[in-house]
Amino acid sequence: MPAAFKISRPGAYSTVQDLGRFGYQRYGVPPSGALDRFAAQTVNVLLGNHENCAVLEMTMSGPVLEILAPCTLAVTGAAMPITLNATIVKNWSSFPVVKGDVVTIGHAEAGCRAYLGINGGIDVPVIMGSRSCYTDGRLGGHEGRPLVAGDILASCEQQIDRDTFENRVIPVAYRPTYSSHWELRAIPGPQDDYFDQGLELFFSQQFTITPQANRMGYRLKGPTIERKKTMPASIISEPSLPGGVQIPEGGDPIILLSEQTVGGYAKIATVIRDDIAKIAQAMPGDTIRFRKVSIEEARDIERKNKELLSLLKDEYSGEQSFAVLGKQYYKSEIFNEKIMNFLRQI
Amino acid sequence: MDKEKQHTIFSQPVFRHVGERGLLVEFSAEIDLETNQKIHAFCRLLEDDLPEGIVEIIPSYRSLVLVYEPLVVDMPKLQEKLVILYGDVESAIDLNAEIVEIPVCYGGEFGEDLEYVATHNGLSVDQVISIHSGTLYPVYMIGFTPGFPYLGGLSEKLHTPRLATPRTLVPAGSVGIANNQTGIYPIDSPGGWQLIGRCPYKLFDPLRSNPFLVKAGDQLRFIPVSRQDFFALQTETT
Repeated sequence: MPAAFKISRPGAYSTVQDLGRFGYQRYGVPPSGALDRFAAQTVNVLLGNHENCAVLEMTMSGPVLEILAPCTLAVTGAAMPITLNATIVKNWSSFPVVKGDVVTIGHAEAGCRAYLGINGGIDVPVIMGSRSCYTDGRLGGHEGRPLVAGDILASCEQQIDRDTFENRVIPVAYRPTYSSHWELRAIPGPQDDYFDQGLELFFSQQFTITPQANRMGYRLKGPTIERKKTMPASIISEPSLPGGVQIPEGGDPIILLSEQTVGGYAKIATVIRDDIAKIAQAMPGDTIRFRKVSIEEARDIERKNKELLSLLKDEYSGEQSFAVLGKQYYKSEIFNEKIMNFLRQI
Repeated sequence: MDKEKQHTIFSQPVFRHVGERGLLVEFSAEIDLETNQKIHAFCRLLEDDLPEGIVEIIPSYRSLVLVYEPLVVDMPKLQEKLVILYGDVESAIDLNAEIVEIPVCYGGEFGEDLEYVATHNGLSVDQVISIHSGTLYPVYMIGFTPGFPYLGGLSEKLHTPRLATPRTLVPAGSVGIANNQTGIYPIDSPGGWQLIGRCPYKLFDPLRSNPFLVKAGDQLRFIPVSRQDFFALQTETT
């Protein structure tokens, strides 16, 4: 495949991710994948790609790219300022580049992780069904590791004419806003019965994200969550899923994320998948509150989110712009106020 | 199989929700071989007639987790099916689980803590090797790192506490002991296990057509090999 760009500076921590690697957790391989699925899917939709195409997940600061061949790029997620040569380029929009251009993606001004997409998707080998990088396992992505200066990435071939996908924008109304306080919706369990007052504290008090926050998990600090006196300090090790909130011996919660397969402590609650995108954008020092939701509510959120994404995709296969879509969207009865709020929050 | 422990297996599976896309199915409150064999048998039955929308089946010591697509799976129906399978699982238990042989070069630079394990347990080095390699270990589950087997069955004669200070780098293939567990490090990683030897094979190689040598439900036997054989086997497989 043609080389698309060379990394002149890698940014703080940049890895290639798609939506994840599934079916291998029984062998100890975690799902990995873009932490902010919404941003990764949206950047692909902007470029006319399948939503599972590989993108570059950039943490806190972005890279400097030297363009090697004409292509179309877009950046979504955290507000990292972008310049193309000396010109400012907008986030949440697609823009064409040509050989010799230099694209600089700066420090996140809001949010934590931004996603760089390219028409066709980033072409790295598919390992066990996915292009996602799992750095501890040294597999997937570009050579199983974060990017370094000098790396050259290629794009997959795209059937569609890429001109169609230039200068597309996702209007502000659909973009999440990133603050420094986050409300995470979570379903109690699987071991909520290990806690009594601890469960009330968990769903009512505020927690702060510590610097121990990465793709494996986020450690929080806040009121100590105590388990029932009759319950053991640990559980027999069992599989953990992204979003599981583990309470280790000290009582400070850890939100387990997508590079973890097994946990040995009781999990008081599980953050719903759509809100993992919020965790992806939260920085150390930010505050978190957990709000209890039911499985049915989580399913409704998932359904509405899916409908929105398919609407966005339909829009791109036609001629209408997102601005037109926006008007339809507001008139449309299938989206109620709740989902709009959801979109603004995430 | 330990008859006394049979009563620890639940008569019905216990379901716990893991968010909106995970279902934990518990078989017992404790770890024992029979429970674990049932879990692996259950996974096989489920795979043979896989309900739509199941993304992962992850067996563990005394439970399994199903990851599913919440908009595809009808939860009451799924649970009904799982309860029926649970009743049928007895007949599906595989008493002849695959035996995987793992060559190990014990001691020397490959097992720096072998002497300590021997001294700690009042044994000779040869006795440690003979006990460690004379046991068939059930693979209860895989996890923590890719291909890492959680093994049961370590002889009480070899139980040894972890190192006070973990090593920053334990080479892939290292065989170790920590408390009542023995295991193999599939990838280079930090670790606090007492190292007694090393296996020349890669337990996990993402580029191999079958990336994993061992799966949950297998049985594992360590075969002592000389340094010379270790290097020969290593060359053979790379």
